[in-house]
Amino acid sequence: MSTSHSDSRRDFLKASLTGATLLCAGGATEALAAAEPIAAGAKSRVVVARDPQLRGTGSTVDFGRMAALLDRAMLALSGRENPVDAWKKLVRPGETVGLKVNTLGGRGISTNVQLVAAICGRLQEAGIKAGDIVVWDRESDELERAGFHLAMGGDRVQCFGTDRIGYEQELAAYGSVGGLLSKILTQRCGVLINLPVLKDHDGAGVTIALKNMYGVINNPNKYHPDGCNPFVADLNMLPEIRARMRLTICDATTAMYEGGPGYKPEHSWNANALLVSTDPVALDHTGWQMIERKRAEKGLKTLEAEGRPPRYIATAADAGHRLGTNDPRKISVVEA
Amino acid sequence: MFCHLDAQKVAKNPLDRRFFLKCALASGAALGIGSAAAPASGMPSGAASGSEDDSHYVVEARFYQKLANRKIKCKLCPRECTVGDKERGYCGVRENRGGAYYTLVHSRAAAAHVDPIEKKPLFHYLPSTTAFSLGTAGCNVNCKFCQNWDISQSRPEQVPAQYAPPQRVAELATEYHCPTIAYTYSEPVIFAEYLMDAADAGHAAGIRSIVVSNGYIQDEPLKAAYGKMDAVKIDLKSFSESYYHNVVSGQLKPVLETLVTLRKMGKWTEIVYLVLPTLNDSDAEFHGLTKWIKTNLGTDVPLHFTQYHPEYLLKNLPITPVSTLERAKAIADAEGLHYVYIGNVPGHPAQNTYCPKCHKMLVERVGFTASKVLIRKSKCPFCQEPIPGVWHV
Repeated sequence: MSTSHSDSRRDFLKASLTGATLLCAGGATEALAAAEPIAAGAKSRVVVARDPQLRGTGSTVDFGRMAALLDRAMLALSGRENPVDAWKKLVRPGETVGLKVNTLGGRGISTNVQLVAAICGRLQEAGIKAGDIVVWDRESDELERAGFHLAMGGDRVQCFGTDRIGYEQELAAYGSVGGLLSKILTQRCGVLINLPVLKDHDGAGVTIALKNMYGVINNPNKYHPDGCNPFVADLNMLPEIRARMRLTICDATTAMYEGGPGYKPEHSWNANALLVSTDPVALDHTGWQMIERKRAEKGLKTLEAEGRPPRYIATAADAGHRLGTNDPRKISVVEA
Repeated sequence: MFCHLDAQKVAKNPLDRRFFLKCALASGAALGIGSAAAPASGMPSGAASGSEDDSHYVVEARFYQKLANRKIKCKLCPRECTVGDKERGYCGVRENRGGAYYTLVHSRAAAAHVDPIEKKPLFHYLPSTTAFSLGTAGCNVNCKFCQNWDISQSRPEQVPAQYAPPQRVAELATEYHCPTIAYTYSEPVIFAEYLMDAADAGHAAGIRSIVVSNGYIQDEPLKAAYGKMDAVKIDLKSFSESYYHNVVSGQLKPVLETLVTLRKMGKWTEIVYLVLPTLNDSDAEFHGLTKWIKTNLGTDVPLHFTQYHPEYLLKNLPITPVSTLERAKAIADAEGLHYVYIGNVPGHPAQNTYCPKCHKMLVERVGFTASKVLIRKSKCPFCQEPIPGVWHV
């Protein structure tokens, strides 16, 4: 296990332990979910696993190091002693597993192929057949631009976009959101593992786990007004998503702090990290803090000061949604 | 009802008579007889082809402004979407490619039918004629009650379509003896370029153009695009900004401005107000609406209070009671509006046109068919009162 520590990581860990997030340090404010008594141990765990040497001496992510990073994250999350056991805690043989990646930003800021390959390897070791794994996003050409090879049919890991099989015809609706769901979700995934990236968003503030589900419906363009709020939260309430969602692994190998969602290399940084959690709200909150810290480091205003705080996170945590927690007192950020 | 297309068989050939006839027969509608069927949900099954070449539908958009960093600001509707490279506006049918903005739906007909003009509804414009009606995917609002959500709330690549260039549209309107082309079904604002070009082709062939719209459009494109229209029907969803925000995802004020501008342009305009029980059916709202119309547009603008049938995201609401529609009409009549109709209630006497002076029936309608039209030379034949509208081709 890598034991390298950076100053920024130490500060982040310290801030997390004291509960003094960037929010309280005069940064962005956020409405917390309604205060509730904190039961002992009732915390959402967000594992942040880092490897400053993830790219070795080059610019490409090293598969071996990525696989090791993934294992470290999963062990820290699951408490198991063996990576395969960590995955066996999550999936069962016979299940079909969808890996919803994020490839909108192109190769510069998409879910890494190496990460996905490592996940596919562990899933198979946990008893999932290759042909029962589907790597997917909205558009096949976006997958290809991000470096994935398309594959439909056969005994291999599947990889294709919704454009290849389409959307359901029946409307799926919750609250303010209505749309047609990708048939990949409804017909090819019994289990959903969410693989977003970490970047800011010019409307929503940030786009991480919860907003990655915009790639599941046919009309995400309709749900960008008002900072995507409450749409992001309402979308994640759809039973078809909730029933399948098991885990989020946020690929923060490359992250962006400004100019998103399109890739802006000048505003990206090599965070060389994975954020892993079963609580997507806690993960989004944690990822948001990382972005704010980088923005502060670069002399940029907070997202709140720019008029685009990610209000959808608080909505996702509120009494009407309860998709997770955004209360720092209830989030345990574990560095792995 | 929509023409059911097998997406795999969608050809790149222009919309032709054989295809159109097949659609009409498949939908059970005989050409030449008014189709009473409203566009229904339940789009054709099958995925849109991800590998289809869409380049013939892509035309540089009008009404946008280039910004730094390859961004653009759309100036078509009041949303004024700022769109980054490779992204689309709210409507889903206009896309930034390398800092230039493109419509993706020029000549991309997702629905095409011959409809009676009364179905638009336009009651004072060429009654008993048919309109060659077409629409594309997309919309610049998201009404929770949308009857055509399956195309309006979809991206163009998700909706089977036929290549129907403007010239072909004009030819088909002529072939089917339609004196008008109607831009409808979804929201014509978002296919403004196609609408404008088709209107020009139609006018060159002696075919008029009418538009069925939410009126949520900026002033310049309104004058440029709807300036080419011969008649306009505006869906005024409510008289409340909060309703527009919460239920429509739009704004009321720009729509009211559109109505005033259309009046100044001298465009024949009719208004539809879809009444949703408990949401926009208060007396206060009806009073506010009708007072505003009288003050700003005059008493001769036809106003249709239309019955809602549950759909899309508001299936929990009931069908609008007829008594609610009659209450709305009574308020509008009392305000002094001359032509107030009740829509979507076949057989209701308020579907007919009556002389505001002598109160005799001038146009009798059965469903979407004007079975009797007694108006002569735009006047009541009984008392010679002028009856506004365009009554003859």
